[in-house]
Amino acid sequence: MRRVRRWLPGLLLVSPSIVAIAVFVYGLLGWNFKVAMSDRHDEISEGSFVGLENFTGIWDQERWGISVRHAIVFTVVFVGGALVLGWFLAFLMEKGIRGEGGFRAIYLFPMAISFIATGVVWRWLMNSGTGEQAVGLNSLFSHLGLDFLQWQWFRDPDWGMAAMAVPAIWQMSGYVMALFLAGFRGVPDELRESARVDGCGEWQVYRYIVLPMLRPVTLSALIILGHISLKVFDLIVAVSGKQIITDVPAVFMWTAVFDSHDPAKGATIAAYIVLSVAVFVIPYLVWNARKGNRS
Amino acid sequence: MRRRWLAAVAVSMAGLLTLTACGGGDDKAAGDGKSGQKKVEVFSWWTGPGEADGLKAMREIFEKDNSGFTFYDAAVAGGSGDQARALLASKLQANQPPDTFQGHAGAELQGYIKAGKLEPLNFLYDELKLKDVLPQELIDQISVQGQVYSVPVNIHRSNILWLNPSVLKEAGVSAAPATIDEFIADLDKVKKTGKIPLSIGSQWTAVHLLESVLLGSLGTDAYNQLWTANADWSGANVTKALENFKTILSYAGTPQEDWQPAAKQVADGAAAFNIMGDWAYGYFHNPAPGGLGKTSKTDFDWAASPGTDGTFMWLSDSFTLPKGAPNRDGAVAWLKVAASKEGQDAFNPKKGSIPARKDADKSLYQDYLAWDLEQWSNDKLAGSIQHGVVANDAWRAAINDAVGLFQQDHDVAKFQQALAAAAKNSGQ
Repeated sequence: MRRVRRWLPGLLLVSPSIVAIAVFVYGLLGWNFKVAMSDRHDEISEGSFVGLENFTGIWDQERWGISVRHAIVFTVVFVGGALVLGWFLAFLMEKGIRGEGGFRAIYLFPMAISFIATGVVWRWLMNSGTGEQAVGLNSLFSHLGLDFLQWQWFRDPDWGMAAMAVPAIWQMSGYVMALFLAGFRGVPDELRESARVDGCGEWQVYRYIVLPMLRPVTLSALIILGHISLKVFDLIVAVSGKQIITDVPAVFMWTAVFDSHDPAKGATIAAYIVLSVAVFVIPYLVWNARKGNRS
Repeated sequence: MRRRWLAAVAVSMAGLLTLTACGGGDDKAAGDGKSGQKKVEVFSWWTGPGEADGLKAMREIFEKDNSGFTFYDAAVAGGSGDQARALLASKLQANQPPDTFQGHAGAELQGYIKAGKLEPLNFLYDELKLKDVLPQELIDQISVQGQVYSVPVNIHRSNILWLNPSVLKEAGVSAAPATIDEFIADLDKVKKTGKIPLSIGSQWTAVHLLESVLLGSLGTDAYNQLWTANADWSGANVTKALENFKTILSYAGTPQEDWQPAAKQVADGAAAFNIMGDWAYGYFHNPAPGGLGKTSKTDFDWAASPGTDGTFMWLSDSFTLPKGAPNRDGAVAWLKVAASKEGQDAFNPKKGSIPARKDADKSLYQDYLAWDLEQWSNDKLAGSIQHGVVANDAWRAAINDAVGLFQQDHDVAKFQQALAAAAKNSGQ
């Protein structure tokens, strides 16, 4: 009885969230995979099991290839850009800039904005008009006499998705900065001191002492940015709507479900998105669990 | 202590109840104060300037005629109703329909019809003798196996060529082009002046352009044939039409964000032509902030899009009667207002469209709308692709994909194959 009293209240306290997660996360995830493996290509039919047919068939669709390529370009530019910029900002802060608190707040502010709001503003900033039609950043370039910098932004057939990553970098690099700043601060001064005593230059201190100690932070930032990037939907829709030129899997999923009324196709794309995020997240969880065991 | 527990339980129960009541469309809340009043939930995407005013005008007529019902405006913002339709789909899937909802008349409703979500409205057409006042061709084009499922409130026209007279004068073009070939020649003349020959918006405006080019190249009968069982999308005439589309697209300026910035280029004299539906008229003509406040015939002008004079490519907003509507009587009462001459004449001048009925009060419609009304009663009819008349949602989505891909690779043969496949797989 007493033992029951020890664990029961705790279990009761967490049970609503266990049930909710079981139903709404894993239950629906399972249901999604079930639909993805059926031939339910309209909303009326029940659909029967077809195995992985949808998963292989979708690669024959030109639009899918394009959206996957876009997602990869976006992810590489966004994650890379946010990591580099965030690291650089944190590095500047760490060097002891005056009014650090103010800068930190300014860099973090974009985090407080939703991707939709960011997208609406950047849609205007990244307007593709050039020359006389220029507005937004292109107009700024022309005022600065930098007309050669004008380009089509997200309408550029080759590098449009890289432009699309710019607002995302703008929004998330402050957050990455905060992560790195905490990482920098976590490096004990004694370590740096002793490195200096041993004859390391300032650069070598960073190269051999600080950077290796930032590895866990970098990994966390990579995971967080990576999964945001692979699921990106709101930013794209706010900037360009559902156009092939900026298509990504999440937007394709939306048109598959609500425009084409093809639940199986939508579920297949959703499954691919989940799997691609899992590729990022699961190694991280494993690594975290190992680390937890070790300590 | 116990009381506090009770309070907590009561609060969470109340929360649960409100959650389940959400979207249930039950009329408990509406009964407050006025007993015996039942609310009628009218689902639409009319929230913008003009259209919301039109809805309000119809609502006033409805409430005047039906003292037993209160009007509940369940409008969801977002032009062309993308968000609204996504929400509607989930409501219908959960069998919690609104009492009546807006939909484009024609093939867009087919998904709902096949899923058994809509009641046929033939009884209402008979009761109100709508077959006498609506054009026969319109009824034919919205009927599914002899049944009609919606009441068209307004008519918009898709195949309009908007033009800037002074830009054309500068380019030496004296009149609006009557054929596709003339159009291409004119585009070329404008190009030489350095202005944008044809302005264009986001991807869907290219589909909108495609429907006008198809109609202009193929002619009305061949165009209408494309949406029937014996359609031939692989024919040489379609190839020619798509080649025209490719040529015309090559004169297009940088794609703008949506149709408004594209139309504005014509109004501002940056571009010569734009092909867009007649909702552009309100944007050109209405005073700021809702419109650009331009003068018709001098700042901008219009004509039927090239090769389509004498054919009215229509689209229509209509209201439906979902099966299991919580307040069916109220919904039918709303449909009667939507079908009435009084209701349509109240709504349409504000929305900037014309009534579907042939017996409208002509004096209410000025300038473009007067011209439009005249054409509506005389022209042959063809249905719009992008605006849900001739192709069901899946087909339209496939055409949109094909156009989006074509905008990138300009490969006519592949484009035609994609369109033929879209027609085959549409299940329509």
